[in-house]
Parts: sequence; structure tokens; C-alpha cells
Amino acid sequence: MRAISASRTALPKVQNPLLVFLERMKRNWSGVLLIAVVVGYVAFLIITPITALALGAFEKGLGASLSALNQPEIFSSFWNTLWISLVVVTVHAIFGTIVAWVFVRHRFPGRDLINGLVDMPFAVSPVVAGYMLLLLFGRNGALAPVLESLGIQVAFALPGMVLATLFVTMPFMIRELIPVLEAFDTRQEKAAATLGASGWQTFWRVTFPALRWGMIYGVTLTFARALGEFGAVLVIGGGVQGRTETATLFIYRALEERQYIGAYSASLALGLFSLILVLGSDWLRRKRH
Amino acid sequence: MNLQTAITPTSKKQTTSLPWGQWSIRSIALGYLAIMLLIPLLIIIQDGFREGLAEFWRQITLPTAWHALKLTLWTATVMTLINTIMGTLTAFVLVRYDFPGKTILNGIIDLPLAIPTLVTGVMLVILFGPQEVLGSWLKEQFDFSVMFAPPGIILALLFLTFPFVVRSVQPVLMELDRAQERAAATLGAEGWTIFRRIILPPLTLPVITGALLSFARAIGEFGSIVIVAGNIPFRSQTAAVYVFGEVESENRLGASAVSIVMVAIAFGLLMLANYLRKRRSKKETV
Repeated sequence: MRAISASRTALPKVQNPLLVFLERMKRNWSGVLLIAVVVGYVAFLIITPITALALGAFEKGLGASLSALNQPEIFSSFWNTLWISLVVVTVHAIFGTIVAWVFVRHRFPGRDLINGLVDMPFAVSPVVAGYMLLLLFGRNGALAPVLESLGIQVAFALPGMVLATLFVTMPFMIRELIPVLEAFDTRQEKAAATLGASGWQTFWRVTFPALRWGMIYGVTLTFARALGEFGAVLVIGGGVQGRTETATLFIYRALEERQYIGAYSASLALGLFSLILVLGSDWLRRKRH
Repeated sequence: MNLQTAITPTSKKQTTSLPWGQWSIRSIALGYLAIMLLIPLLIIIQDGFREGLAEFWRQITLPTAWHALKLTLWTATVMTLINTIMGTLTAFVLVRYDFPGKTILNGIIDLPLAIPTLVTGVMLVILFGPQEVLGSWLKEQFDFSVMFAPPGIILALLFLTFPFVVRSVQPVLMELDRAQERAAATLGAEGWTIFRRIILPPLTLPVITGALLSFARAIGEFGSIVIVAGNIPFRSQTAAVYVFGEVESENRLGASAVSIVMVAIAFGLLMLANYLRKRRSKKETV
């Protein structure tokens, strides 16, 4: 009995995976070279800058970074960013779902062209996006008389910044939901309808649960992109300190004013926040599979 | 199966007659897109051509504007070339080799999508800034400056667009049938020949799509470039930074004209990428 179990444990030799890898690679030099080139490139292009930011933020010690972050203007700018991002995510969660739904389920003339148009914010410069809104809502803008008579200020105020962020984050939710909707088996909906469910009930109880994960991922991508938006909110918001300054606009101003520790620490905080968001939802998604 | 064939015709009839609920949802979707996308795009076109075609042309051929556009295009081209080669190589290594740390490497590819571009700029400033260790060393030893110069722009763009080619090529490479390669090897083909003749042809479309997306994304980049390259006309001022400057100095016509050029390039590239993607999916279904 004992002899058998001993021989069993001895059979699959416990080997260091690194050694196994090296052994295999001894026979494949071109493979080693390719892996080395790719790892080296990624280390240089992506890892080094991220490490530099972490080191730069703590250059003068943790205390200095924390006290640089502990300023009222940082709080108000991060608060603006968070507020704008939350509004943007909510709007896209609703309208993005509707748009994706119409694209997948409806056929109408011009569908391909409009489908291509949805990707435009991905390639249109954020500066141009902000400028477009300025042409509409600015002092001499096309809608200026209407806005003035209603007493609403859009440019150089939070509503304009929300609109700008809505524009630049447009594709994420829609592009995340379209494949999910396309893969969804509509027979489930038909079955629900046969059983007497109303259209709204069918959507809420059958379709929506299937969309949930696409929505979660779309929301995190939109949120991460909204947090980091800079060019568009700079142009339409003007970056008025304490009023229309977002986290990115604060970082920009801090750099200009040579408050390096503050700029680096705020960059690290913002970068980490959006990384955690995206990696967290990635992890959730992988856990589900 | 029987049930499905029985149901399909009636449901088709439903979508052609469109009950009011369907109509309203469609108009909400299209109205939303029209307000959010179409009107802003149209207003800028109207504004740029306000004084006629000749004035539009004069605005974009002003020396500073022209130089900014040229700089944007050539830095984006250099970036796209490097990114296409390295991105394809990265996808190849990720799909074909097993090595320790592969999962981590695969995760790192997406990091640039999660990091605000302004923060990317800050990272490069910390690395290559004139007062920083690496930046001053490069300047002294090789008289090579990354900051406030085209290399900084290219580096920032490479960082931002790294995932595009990799993520476009990777899934196609994963689905390739390796029997063909083995057959080629049995017939005496060498590694490089196999790569060029067997592996590369089906990758052409995804590689081009990824390259187009990288290029389109690069044309409009602002956040990282304004920090890394600054705003020096004739040297490091890209089109997006130029537009920003013209907006600030209230030169509406100049800003609109250069914006239109950028929007037109972006639109053309996206339409081409969409067309290629569609052709690819058609090929797959046939």
C-alpha cells in the first residue's frame, strides 16, 4: 500500500515551471528572441512610464504627496469629475441601451451610415468636440439667443461639460451592448410573449438580465473615459478654478504652475481610480466565465 | 424547430407594420444620435465654410496651420508603422507561445485604455522632462530631446494606441487552422516562408483595421500631446493643439477650418475600417 502511493507521488516529477520553460526554449531560439522583444517593448513603452509616475508622485515622501492632495481645490475638482461622470454614465446607460436595441432589432435606410457615425467620437479630437459645443452654446453660438431668454448657461458651466463628456464617451456603451444583443436568442422573448408577458415585462424580465454584464462593462468603460476627459471639458468649461475645474484640468494647471508633487499625486490618484474600475470589471467578467 | 418556423412569419409581419411602441423607441434613438452627434458635426462644417471655399483654403494653408497638420499626419504615420509591426508581433507571441507571466502581459496590453491620456502625458514628462534624470542624460549625451519635440508625440501616441492592433489581430490568429502550417512544414517550407505565405494573408485585414483605428485615434489626440510636446508653432504644435490655440485667441474661422480637415480624415478612416470589418465578416460567413 505504502509502496504504491510512494511510487505514485514520485511519478509526476514536481518541476519548476520556469525550468520547464527554459528547457523547451533551448530548442527554440527564435521563439525566445520574439518573446524577449515583445516583453522588452511592453516594459519600455508601458511599464516604465507607469513606474515613473508612481516614483515621481512619492519623490518627496508619502507625507508630502498626501499633503499636496489635501487641498480644497483638489477636492472640488475631483468632486466635479465624479459628478459629471455619474451623470454621463446614467444618461448613456439609458440612451445607449435604446440605441443599441434599435441598431440590432430594427432595419431602416441609412442604418450603416449612422452606425459608422456612432464611432465618430472615438476619432474626433476632444478639442474639436468641445469647440463644436462652443459654436452651439457659446457667447456668439447658434443657440445663444434661446439660452439667454431661458436664462440657462451651458458654456463655461457644468451642463456644457456634461454634454462634452457625453459626446466623447458615446461609442462605449453602444459598442459593448450591440454584440450582446446580437447573440441574444430572441426565442426567449417570443416564449415570454406567448406566455402573456407584455412588451415591457418581456424586456425587464427576459432581455435585461441577459444584457446586465454588457451593461456593467459598458458603464465601467464609459466611467473610466469620462474621468479622464480633458480636451473637451477644457474648451467648453474653460477650467475656471473652483468652478469648472475637473481633476484633469487641475493636473494641467498644477503642471503649468510647477506644483509638480501635486500634479503627479493627483495623476496617480486619478490613474489608479480608473485602473481599478476597469481591472475590477475585467476581473468580475473573467470570474463569471 | 417547428415552433420557430411557425412563429417567424408573424414576427416579421410585426416588424414591418411597426406598432407605435417600436416607432417611438426608434425615434428616441435616432433623435438622440442626431442631437448629440449630427448637429455638432454639421454646425462646425457650416461655420468653417461660412466665408466660402477660398477663405477655408486660406485658413488651412496658413503656415502655422499647415505645419501643424503636416506634423500631425507624419507623426501619426510613423507611430502607425511601429505600432503595426510591434502589435502584430505581440499578438503572435501571445497566441503562439507559452511563457511565465503571459497572463500578466496580456492584461498589461489594455492598461493604456484605462489610463487618462493626460496622465500618460504626465508619465512621459516625469521620464523625459528636461530636469529629469533620463531626459537630461539623453540631451547631454546624444543631444536628443523627447519633450517638446516629435519623438515625444510619437511615444505618447504609441502608448495610447498599443491595444488597437494587438486586440484586432489576436482573435483572428487564435482561430487560424494550424494544419495548414504543418502541411507547409512537411512540404519543406522554412519558418519565415510559413509566416509570410500561410499566416500573414488571413491577418492582412485585421492588421489594416487595427492600423487604421490607431491612425484615426492619433489624429485627434490632445491631452497627452499638449503636455509632452507643448504648444510651439513650427516645432511641436499638432493640429489639435493648434485648434485649441485658435479657439483661445477667438479665431473662429481658423479653428473651424482645421477642425473640418481633422473630422474629415477621422470620418474617412472610420468608414474604411468599418467597410473592411464588414468584408471580413462576410468572408467568414461564406
